Amino acid sequence: MSHREEYTMDNAEIDLARLRSAPITPKVRMQIPPQDMPAQDPSVRRNNMDEVALGYTPAQAMLEAERCLQCKNAPCIAGCPVRIDISGFIGKIKEGDFLGAGKIIKKTNLLPSICGRVCPQETQCQAPCTVGKALHGVEKAVQIGRLERFVADYERTHGAVEVPNVASPTGKKVAIVGGGPAGLTCAADVRREGHEVTIFEAFHKSGGVMVYGIPEFRLPKVLVQSEAEVLESMGVDFELNFLVGRTRPLLSLLREDGYDAAFIGTGAGLPKFMDIPGENFVGVFSANEYLTRANLLKAYMKGKAGTPIYPSRRVAVLGGGNVAMDSARMALRLGADEVRVLYRRTREEMPARAEEVGHAIEEGIIFDFLKSPTRVLGDDKGKVAALEVLSYELGEPDDSGRRRPVPVRGSEEIVPFDTVIVAIGNESNPLISQTTPELQVDRHGHIIVNERQKTSIDRVYAGGDIVLGSATVILAMGEGRLAAQAINEILQ
Amino acid sequence: MHGTHTIVYKHQLSEEVFRIDVEAPLVARERKAGQFVIVMYDENFSERIPLTIADADPVRGTVTLIFQTVGASTHRLALKNPGDSVVLLGPLGNPTHIERYGWAVCVGGGIGLAPLHPIAKALKEAGNRVTVISGARTKDLLIMQDELAAIADEHIVVTDDGSFGRKALVTEPLGELCGRSPPPDIIVTIGPPIMMKFCAETTRPFGIKTLASLNTIMIDGTGMCGGCRVSVGGKTKFVCVDGPEFDAHLVDWNGMLMRLGTYKEIEKEAHDRCHLEMQIESLEARDEGARAPEKEPAK
Repeated sequence: MSHREEYTMDNAEIDLARLRSAPITPKVRMQIPPQDMPAQDPSVRRNNMDEVALGYTPAQAMLEAERCLQCKNAPCIAGCPVRIDISGFIGKIKEGDFLGAGKIIKKTNLLPSICGRVCPQETQCQAPCTVGKALHGVEKAVQIGRLERFVADYERTHGAVEVPNVASPTGKKVAIVGGGPAGLTCAADVRREGHEVTIFEAFHKSGGVMVYGIPEFRLPKVLVQSEAEVLESMGVDFELNFLVGRTRPLLSLLREDGYDAAFIGTGAGLPKFMDIPGENFVGVFSANEYLTRANLLKAYMKGKAGTPIYPSRRVAVLGGGNVAMDSARMALRLGADEVRVLYRRTREEMPARAEEVGHAIEEGIIFDFLKSPTRVLGDDKGKVAALEVLSYELGEPDDSGRRRPVPVRGSEEIVPFDTVIVAIGNESNPLISQTTPELQVDRHGHIIVNERQKTSIDRVYAGGDIVLGSATVILAMGEGRLAAQAINEILQ
Repeated sequence: MHGTHTIVYKHQLSEEVFRIDVEAPLVARERKAGQFVIVMYDENFSERIPLTIADADPVRGTVTLIFQTVGASTHRLALKNPGDSVVLLGPLGNPTHIERYGWAVCVGGGIGLAPLHPIAKALKEAGNRVTVISGARTKDLLIMQDELAAIADEHIVVTDDGSFGRKALVTEPLGELCGRSPPPDIIVTIGPPIMMKFCAETTRPFGIKTLASLNTIMIDGTGMCGGCRVSVGGKTKFVCVDGPEFDAHLVDWNGMLMRLGTYKEIEKEAHDRCHLEMQIESLEARDEGARAPEKEPAK
């Protein structure tokens, strides 16, 4: 115990004291190295479900904050989907006013402990950071995500989470369909104006992808729970195990149940499969199914959980996004001997957060880049036995600007696996559109909205993955926020 | 937070078959023949159990579920008593397409007789002549017989062991009916997958439209997990949002049976452990003498 205290107090506190013993010029700030976030040792954490990253100490946070140049134009803010006053909150961290920093973040982001952990900062706020640009590497940018996480955790562990003010009752009612990131954000913003808000959630827990998809080791469920509790304290009503469209039609909520507006944030839908032969063999799972079993239904608690999880030894994960990383690392923790991620392109093109890829590699996940399966081979019992894998090389850039993978003829090889987890994204969920014919959707089934998130139906708004396709928690929150503004205006 | 539902009535129909009525007014109002619900015995560690709806009473605001204790989860559910709460989500899946076909034959096996009842009833109400074939392994497992007999214009009962009705599999009378002139206009079959498969094979040569209601492995029941996927006519379909009813002649039965066995070994172990736990619990309950007497629901 004393060992760890010595470590954390010594390095960062001494560095901080030394730094502050003289005036800090921008040049000095640029010389402070980005502060690593302490994490569980890879050989230990691959055998447990506890959170991997441990978070900054106060001294580490202040030291990291000192790296910020407080640019006048604050390019980082433009990179944030919910426009957090980043230089403002970092300024407060420098002063040691962590709770003050929290107040600044909470003005525009109600869920900082979550965003600090799951946002792809390297493509958002940290991408345009002046420090990173000057040092020629986005990984050298000010570690805004880690600071946001620190502030949120500090606030929570010091019992200082404040319930936002709620205006006096307006008598108006708003239905939020889906209790994920988009819905929770929209609910909070609408509730603040004094409207009655009900969140209808199909699962037995609210949080959406944050509870069924993102694993405990990356986002502890107690955090999602405490964010939902803030909403409850604000007076938001949760109707769990309620599937709008089936338990009650969407339009009945508006026409018969007295709701004045509705927001649809139903999230990801039907998982995509590769459309290759053998995909229905036993042992092929969508990442949605695999992760939901493990996370929401706690299948990792063997003996306690009623939900079984497939016993895997050699696992292939198909895809290169965060969901693929989560699936691979979950499979490892559930006891697989070897987990390989097959990705058609290279590490450069992987959409996963850099930190997750790094963590996965540390834990022993093997990456097979420029590989993709052409069929699943089964044994005589219909169980997965192997994949036939084709190699690719990178050709000319495609529409997305990424170099297009081109198959290498005759490169097929048979690789033995007993489990295949498909993590290549989702189609849209057809349920709301099936049961609400008036609602306009595009040819992919995504709900069509205008720039204010309004759908083709009056007083009905939508946001998150049901509009965007497979996106991120923070983009969903951004849309929930936009929709809330529009809803608040029409209810004035 | 709201979302749990109270059991208001429980009745053991046979050694392995239980009926529970659960207070769920919205589900009772919205549900239609052919739909199902997902039930959990608790909010923390329960599996999500898809169960077809046997009946519903919109006035009382209850749905009736009939289930067989086939695994650990259904056993735990069977331990619940009136006054206890469960998680219930629904109604899920597409309702049965009901129209006036003419002569409809409804084939139910075992626990499948429960969800067959609302479908047979709806077909009857739509003006069809309805023949019901009830099948079970043995007499004790024949359920919903009074209800089905009340609807059916013709009711054929078979058991595997001949302990009641005719000693036969359901496919035997089904084949005979298909050979009548004129033949049935529509066949609906619900029961064990292997039974549905052979019903499909029985009716296929006659070219009579046959619907089967599939009960595959399922997690969310809302179109998110893909665990329920089944190949129908060479295309991957999701039972929860595309089904649960499909053209029985197009279903890849062997593929479906294979996928249903995914967790067989794990489930067997859990089931065995569960039997032990159940015995202990029922002994404890007996010693405490605390169990409230079961009451018939007010009609």
